[in-house]
Amino acid sequence: MAAHLSSGRVNLTALREAGRRELREFLDKCAGSKAIVWDEYLTGPFGLIAQYSLLKEHEVEKMFTLKPGRLPQADVKNIIFFVRPRLELMDIITDNVLREDRGRSPQRDFHILFVPRRSLLCEQWLKEQGVLGSFIHREQYSLDLIPFDGDLLSMESESAFKECYLESDQTSLYHAAKGLMTLQALYGTIPQIFGKGECARHVANMMIRMKREFPGSQNSIFPVFDTLLLLDRNVDLLTPLATQLTYEGLIDEIYGIQNTYVKLPPEKFALKKQGEGGKDLPTEPKKLQLNSAEELYAEIRDKNFNAVGSVLSKKAKIISAAFEERHHAKTVGEIKQFVSQLPHMQAARSSLANHTSIAELIKDITTSEDFFDNLTVEQEFMSGIDTDKVNNYIEDCIAQKHPLIKILRLVCLQSVCNSGLKQKVLDHYKREILQTYGYEHILTLNNLEKAGLLKPQTSGRNNYPTIRKTLRLWMDDVNEQNPNDISYVYSGYAPLSVRLAQLLARPGWRSIEEVLKMLPGPHFEERQQLPTGLQKKRQHGENRVTLVFFLGGVTYAEIAALRFLSQMEDGGTEYVIATTKLINGTSWIKSLMEKLEPAPF
Amino acid sequence: LKESKRAVNSLRDIVDDDDDDDLERVSWSGEPVGSISWSIKETTSSSTSSLEGRDSNLQKGSSSYAAFPKQVSSYSLSSLFKGEGPHVLSYLCLSLSALSDTGVKNYAPELRRPKAEYKDYSSDWSPKDTVRRMQRGKVCSLERFRSLQDKLVLLDEAVAGHDGNVITAVLIFLKRTLRREILFRELEVRQVALCHLIHFLKESGEQKLLLDLLRLCFFFFSLQLSQYREHLNIQDVEKRREFLKGCIGLPFSAEDTSHIQDHYTLLERQIIIEASDRHLEMAGQSEIFQKYPRKASILNMPLVTTLFYSCFYHYTEAEGTFSSPTNLKKTFKIPDKQYVLTALAARAKLRAWDDVDALFTTKNWLGYTKKKAPIGFHRVVEILQRNNAPVQVLQEYVRLVEDVETRLNLATKYKCHDVVIETYRDLKDRIQLTAYKCKVERGSADEEKINSILNNMVRNTY
Repeated sequence: MAAHLSSGRVNLTALREAGRRELREFLDKCAGSKAIVWDEYLTGPFGLIAQYSLLKEHEVEKMFTLKPGRLPQADVKNIIFFVRPRLELMDIITDNVLREDRGRSPQRDFHILFVPRRSLLCEQWLKEQGVLGSFIHREQYSLDLIPFDGDLLSMESESAFKECYLESDQTSLYHAAKGLMTLQALYGTIPQIFGKGECARHVANMMIRMKREFPGSQNSIFPVFDTLLLLDRNVDLLTPLATQLTYEGLIDEIYGIQNTYVKLPPEKFALKKQGEGGKDLPTEPKKLQLNSAEELYAEIRDKNFNAVGSVLSKKAKIISAAFEERHHAKTVGEIKQFVSQLPHMQAARSSLANHTSIAELIKDITTSEDFFDNLTVEQEFMSGIDTDKVNNYIEDCIAQKHPLIKILRLVCLQSVCNSGLKQKVLDHYKREILQTYGYEHILTLNNLEKAGLLKPQTSGRNNYPTIRKTLRLWMDDVNEQNPNDISYVYSGYAPLSVRLAQLLARPGWRSIEEVLKMLPGPHFEERQQLPTGLQKKRQHGENRVTLVFFLGGVTYAEIAALRFLSQMEDGGTEYVIATTKLINGTSWIKSLMEKLEPAPF
Repeated sequence: LKESKRAVNSLRDIVDDDDDDDLERVSWSGEPVGSISWSIKETTSSSTSSLEGRDSNLQKGSSSYAAFPKQVSSYSLSSLFKGEGPHVLSYLCLSLSALSDTGVKNYAPELRRPKAEYKDYSSDWSPKDTVRRMQRGKVCSLERFRSLQDKLVLLDEAVAGHDGNVITAVLIFLKRTLRREILFRELEVRQVALCHLIHFLKESGEQKLLLDLLRLCFFFFSLQLSQYREHLNIQDVEKRREFLKGCIGLPFSAEDTSHIQDHYTLLERQIIIEASDRHLEMAGQSEIFQKYPRKASILNMPLVTTLFYSCFYHYTEAEGTFSSPTNLKKTFKIPDKQYVLTALAARAKLRAWDDVDALFTTKNWLGYTKKKAPIGFHRVVEILQRNNAPVQVLQEYVRLVEDVETRLNLATKYKCHDVVIETYRDLKDRIQLTAYKCKVERGSADEEKINSILNNMVRNTY
């Protein structure tokens, strides 16, 4: 089930195994048959750690979704709530517990498993409602870093960016530091830590402090990671705003990937089988898992979308040829061999069919006029054209009442590419947005301003052109088919965050001191001492392993760019990526928007 | 893409006559059989043996899932360590040590808690230790911290730990044990803690304290907005209006003040318009409301939507009435462009072509009329087209598009033959004109027109 986790340079199966073990131990604490009541948000992340079979082996007989009202009938000894520490969820649990029939026998025992942490606040809340005593076990399950793929870890904490930059709540950074300590316990102390940004500094400080709090102890594992690079999302606000143009990035932009799953419109996936053709078209969305366990997907996920078609058609030819071979199989031995390959071939066929369908769906969108216009404006901004005046396309979109998030993405992009907008331009956009979408969005605009995404140009100077030129963020001659630079992931724009990682590996940040000073937050380097026995003697030609931790979220296109760097022949560095949350421009802006009550009609 | 699609489809045929079972290991909804979210549905609906249920069971049988070796989990290694006293080893250590044979020695040292942890029942922790213990999720009493000095040190320690959970816990303690004025005074210089308290009060719904706090912190700009935000929770429009009125006085930035003032004025207007229009609609006297019944109330709609509404139902009203479009335009200083776009969309929807015409007609001082559109006539055409305007109307505005290429494109797209023909004539483009002949109906007036122009051109060139 988790073979793809061990395919990378660092075997992340160990991390998953640690998670499974912890889960089993908790389940065994509650002796007897059990039912689990799930906070729905958690089922996705938990699915990456364990399957139902594991729970079943530990006497979990029923599973329900958490909702108010009376708990469903289930003849079990234990009811366990798996929840995030949120007050609104505590209210639901309270309701569940209070409505439990006291007269029933045998009585059911209640337990709570907080993910990722027990919260004093929540427990006090339960206490005030008078139900705290009903729970026998109250424990926490520190699901800090969840392995998503062979080279990818995420905390799936959707509000991390908002909490850090809008609410000055750095709890998610504390979790990040804790996750990194767990990682070091499994994979050895990371000797070098680099970082850029306020949050990065905090995390590094916490790591160092946590290490100090275990005095006299030394980790005796040979370090797997050579370097840790901590990057604040607000060092590079630009990248997530641009439309990702890799295959995986586009799937996420258009359909949204949740915990490695994507839901797609079913029409293109109808099975055309003989006898049941056109019987009933499925109406439920088609759900697919996307990770590197699928050979074809691993090959195309990080390619620019324009290069995906040719790969698919090449694959189609190979598979056709393979199936054709059955006609040439004459001897029993040959037929036997053919048959033995059949399962693999059929898996490849179904994978090819799926991705051809997805590619078609995406192509319908990428070839539309509006996608093109939108992309043109984005690319103009990123290459520094007309960033200082009101943009016609944005005005038109507002007039036509395009989705607000789209407008905000574009306006923020323009603001970031101009180191803030001229006051007059900013006021104009604000007025248009408020008049068209409603005055209450002033709250959202204010949030965006606070996060630095939308702001007036204060210094009167635009630093972006200097940053762009020094870091070579805009490449005119981009090769989408056979890329030679990371800029292929945005068809011209090289993600700033990844450029920083690239330059850190070679030639080092000293060469870009000036630009680093223009970006927000401090940059720093820390070393963690290793005992002499553990110091690495590098074999000649052996690649270094760097863990890049994006605090506040990372996009699939940035991941693709880092994977591209890992695969470069003379790169010398392989990357593992960790983040608080996998994001795209839309989900990111959405997390910053003020939750407005839905209109009553 | 097409190619691979074709290949895939042809493959399907091959596979079908190979007559093999489908290898899908997933149920239709895509959850791998046996995954958690799949199983929730499964165990919840297990009593009703639905079709889907049976399907999944079938798949379960053939799924490769069963073929995977079972995870060795029947024995829990943690039990091996129980004798050592699990409280010594951290939870994590237990789980990690079970990972490999060399476990304990390798993993444990880093994770073993410092000696201090043994004295679990000591009551004499420093603020630092207390915070650290709380971070680990241990319950400890804060009552020992009696002096203000001690309490503030405790708070600062908690803030330095960045753990919101602990910060909030300490704040709750301080809120309970400190006089409000003192608490607020100290929080003024502790922004992080202040944010946490505000967040907590919001979450727990302690409105009164929250508002007191906000009032005291009026120097802190963004907090005004969180008071303004409150209006969203007020369902009753009259109360909401009153609340917004109260917000106007708050010290916002100049820019925001004007927006909030506008918000208030807009809602005030909407309440008036809604009352009178509902009355009109009920009475059944007004033709427009009978012909186009309102789909929803106008309350709490954005300004532009309100303007559209007023252009739709109250277009001809004099400027003096609250519901007239011109009054709205003036009150809210709606830019020309925005106004024209909205009015155009509304009038086109009603197919009031004369109103559309009037929108773009200006008279100069000599009395000549001229057509002018602040949004560009290509946009006008698009909007009209979206409202299914007849070709005669459309054509009039296509003709006014200044850029020749855009004009030709639009004219061709919307079959305004006259405009296409005239444009080619003016360009003296025989080739295109000849080519266009096949696009018009045979024997129609348009074809005749083309022919005559072609003939004329010939005459002129010779």
